[in-house]
Amino acid sequence: MPFIPHTEEDIRAMLEAIGVEKTEDLFDEIPANLRTNGLSNIPPALTELGITQLMQQRAAQDGKPVCFIGAGAYEHHIPAAVWEITTRGEFYSAYTPYQAEASQGTLQLLYEYQTMIAGLTGMDVSNASLYDGASSLAEAVLMAVRANRKSKSKKILMPRTVHPAYRKVARTIVNNQGIELEELDYDHKRGFIDPDALPKDPGDVTALVIPQPNFFGVLEEVDTLTDWAHSHNMLVIAVVNPLSLSILNAPGSWGKEGADIVCGDGQPMGIPLSSGGPYFGFMACKQQHVRQMPGRIIGRTTDLDGKTGYALTLQAREQHIRRSKATSNICTNQGLMVTAATIHMALMGAEGLAEAARASHRNIRMLVDQLSGIEGVSAVFDRPVFHEAVLQLDMPVDDVLHTLAEDNVLGGYALGDDYPELENCVLVCATETRTQADMDFYYEKLNQIFSMQRTAPRPIKPKM
Amino acid sequence: MSNVPADLKYTKSHEWIQDLGDGTVNIGITDHAQTLLGDLVFVELPEVDSEVSAGDECAVVESVKAASDVYSPLSGTVIAVNEVLADTPETINQDAYGDGWLIKLKLSDANELTDLLDANAYEEVAAEDH
Repeated sequence: MPFIPHTEEDIRAMLEAIGVEKTEDLFDEIPANLRTNGLSNIPPALTELGITQLMQQRAAQDGKPVCFIGAGAYEHHIPAAVWEITTRGEFYSAYTPYQAEASQGTLQLLYEYQTMIAGLTGMDVSNASLYDGASSLAEAVLMAVRANRKSKSKKILMPRTVHPAYRKVARTIVNNQGIELEELDYDHKRGFIDPDALPKDPGDVTALVIPQPNFFGVLEEVDTLTDWAHSHNMLVIAVVNPLSLSILNAPGSWGKEGADIVCGDGQPMGIPLSSGGPYFGFMACKQQHVRQMPGRIIGRTTDLDGKTGYALTLQAREQHIRRSKATSNICTNQGLMVTAATIHMALMGAEGLAEAARASHRNIRMLVDQLSGIEGVSAVFDRPVFHEAVLQLDMPVDDVLHTLAEDNVLGGYALGDDYPELENCVLVCATETRTQADMDFYYEKLNQIFSMQRTAPRPIKPKM
Repeated sequence: MSNVPADLKYTKSHEWIQDLGDGTVNIGITDHAQTLLGDLVFVELPEVDSEVSAGDECAVVESVKAASDVYSPLSGTVIAVNEVLADTPETINQDAYGDGWLIKLKLSDANELTDLLDANAYEEVAAEDH
């Protein structure tokens, strides 16, 4: 019998059984003004040729700019082999197959991915990935509330140095679950959470979020912050850039006891920018919290014949078993991204990743030195950074960025909207992919804008 | 038929209660329940000093097959939890009525004890599961 559910006959029989005339009547509780009637804005179908041409046109609109924007998504070199292998038929699927244990290759890859993430973060266990960095932080917050049984407050200290988009997503997800995200301000002169400014008696707080590097690229005093949090019975949630962990201390070794939960976006590990996605989130934790961790975990075991095999473990937390008490319904939707990241990490190796991280760090320092040589441009914070930094411009930042874009330079991310105190400040990034020529070009164009402004002060008129 | 000691009280949701006679009780899950669950791999217990009301979820027992909530049969304050279960949850499989106890409760209303099932009544409940 072919598996074709919902034939006309089936539907009629089911409606009859429950005494309803037509399917439409099942939705009559939803007010008419909230319902859609068809998707009128969807254009008619195109041929393969037509859609290819349209997509090529759309893709070409991005142009080939030289990118100095980071702010959460980073352009890194991806060895050609990564996506060549990822898109092989054996790997080319977004999901863990439903009969998971029949797909030993996929499970082995996820097991290796978890091992690599656990190694990078210094944690005991990693799950098999989440949607993206922002939702991984939201999940980490929910997890901390479940895991910290000493705390009754459901209050999380969320520093303003955490990515603004991550904070918004976390708020959206946890807001209606009685969880309070309390903002923690930073030192406006130095761009980090000043440990000396932390409250002496914070009261009952469930967890402290620590970004490393923070949204400004600046390194936080992670050891002191971790110990402070633990001394007040808080858990520590680390939000990290995974590439930075190849040269920075793993969260597992922060302070005396290490962070409790580590999360972040995996995009820097082999995932192209692709105008914003898909990316993937990662999450790892200490063994003692593993049962509160959402998502899947793959374990290695031996079968009856003594051969190595891989299996889904800790499924007891998932929704098909725990129903409403499940810690998550996240499986492995970002499986293809994780496949690419695993192959990327394997090909680059610890040394290769560290080299890319060091080269990125070198480049941002060179770029900041170079650009702050321009009159009207200055570095804002004096703390060590990873591969991003904040520059203050003595001109309206949006106009400057617009004019740079005319010359195919994406000059950075304007911070004023998210941080009113940083008006006309721009967050710039230089990864290992930026050449000296790229940076010289940026310098030249920015210098031009500022010298024109000096000789003939007038509002900048963008050309586009 | 599973083992159902006559000196204990029971609930329909497969908890047992041992009245210690001094306003406190020990609570666990029945032998029948552990048989249905299979090998236990994890037990989540409440914090000592926490307050529970009759019918509240007070613990979770997780086996290789399922995770089940344990409901507190009575109201009171948790005065002890079985710490041994953190490392050896299989103790419940081995000795559900003895070393496999879950929590010790100081009752806030001893009258609730009269609402519980006796061994005969529970045997009937357990028999319906088959």
